[in-house]
Amino acid sequence: MLRIRQGLVDSMVSHARNDHPDEACGVIAGPAGSDQPQRFIPMINAARSPTFYEFDSGDLLRLYREMDQNDEEPIVIYHSHTATEAFPSRTDISYASEPNAHYVLVSTRETGSKEGPYELRSFRIVDGEVSEEEVQVAE
Amino acid sequence: MAVEVQIPTILRTYTDGAKTVTGSGDTLAALVAELDSHHPGIGERLVDGAELRKFVNVYLNDEDVRFLDGLDTSVADGDVVTILPAVAGG
Repeated sequence: MLRIRQGLVDSMVSHARNDHPDEACGVIAGPAGSDQPQRFIPMINAARSPTFYEFDSGDLLRLYREMDQNDEEPIVIYHSHTATEAFPSRTDISYASEPNAHYVLVSTRETGSKEGPYELRSFRIVDGEVSEEEVQVAE
Repeated sequence: MAVEVQIPTILRTYTDGAKTVTGSGDTLAALVAELDSHHPGIGERLVDGAELRKFVNVYLNDEDVRFLDGLDTSVADGDVVTILPAVAGG
């Protein structure tokens, strides 16, 4: 199960809306081993694409160095789908390489960059196996 | 000649959980081969034939080796090599 504060959910959804129709991506870091997402880190989608996302390799190194210094790890790795459902694509599964992370998907297919209901789901992706999990949002 | 190699979470199964290991070699390819001799299987996760795997980023100090000479990049005593899986998808 993913336990997450409403404010962090809102941050992911508004990032996804702002970048629509391109995919948005980022990380929510937290203390290593805590399973508590705390620090919202929106990343630039170096692919700037409606069907693909990728952290820039330099940004990726800086991000991991910074988390390492703070004794943090990526608790949530999120990205948006802008024309399809909030479910991991085959590409998402083949790239997934943080077995301890919650992979959160936000779909903006219904409302685009506008306000409105959103679709947000969370998954574990381990060794190519996807399992959906409950998202418990706290105020 | 010792090079520090930082191992990402997903590859620590090959290093008994170690976050950092040391290795040696004149080039990145030699370093990977040497690492694989101590941690069998890790090489295959990094290299595919004569190329670095697409999903893996390798940095020499602060530079992505794709912007250097890839697997032919020279490494020297005191260098730090960082391995990070790409964060990407569709």
